[in-house]
Amino acid sequence: MLLETKHFGKIEVDGKAVLTFDSGLPGFEHLKKFILIGGGDGTSPFKWLQCVSDPHVAFAIANPFMLVRDYDFEISDEDADRLEIEKPEEVAVYVIVVVPGDPDKMSMNLKAPLIINSRNRRGAQIILDTGKYTVRHYILDELRRQEAGADACADKKKEPGDCNK
Amino acid sequence: MLVLTRKKNQAIVINDDIEITVIDIQGDQVRLGVSAPRNVSVHRKEVYLEIKQENRKAAETPNVSLDELIKKKP
Repeated sequence: MLLETKHFGKIEVDGKAVLTFDSGLPGFEHLKKFILIGGGDGTSPFKWLQCVSDPHVAFAIANPFMLVRDYDFEISDEDADRLEIEKPEEVAVYVIVVVPGDPDKMSMNLKAPLIINSRNRRGAQIILDTGKYTVRHYILDELRRQEAGADACADKKKEPGDCNK
Repeated sequence: MLVLTRKKNQAIVINDDIEITVIDIQGDQVRLGVSAPRNVSVHRKEVYLEIKQENRKAAETPNVSLDELIKKKP
């Protein structure tokens, strides 16, 4: 089908790839149908989540595991039920990115990841019940932190356990 | 707004499928248990508002090459 997008004009997309967010996203509860655009070759952490019914709404999203290696959380039973998730392998995880006026301050929301059941193409933005993550993690800071962590591990090989923190 | 007084272990029922129980009271903190059908989402209000606000900001993200932006980290 031909889809009008916010940033890429009219593009041809596979109608079967449309994702359904039954509850929308907080702040955009009325928008239920989205499609993923870009990141086809798998080397970039970034994609766009384009709304199907409103061409003006699109979110930059990222695969969090490519930016924060130790990102981890549990999906509650309620959320797993809601999306009919049966196996962990069928779950795709993205986080929403914000690029403000100063792009060095680009951030991602690790507190409320997007969970997509790739089998039935149903998704939800879930809110993690943890104090570990916030709605605004600066991406460049996270990348620097990880590089520093990787360097520290290379320096003192005797305590490899430290590298996983 | 409807205001009800409840004690520990007492509950209120909304629409006969949502039940909110006072589990515990410690000083100025109250622990609530919510049982609701799975299509009803329940969140801490301030967290939900924060996420809403962040999503609205995210929708303003311009068409930039995000890959280029993360390459230029000093």
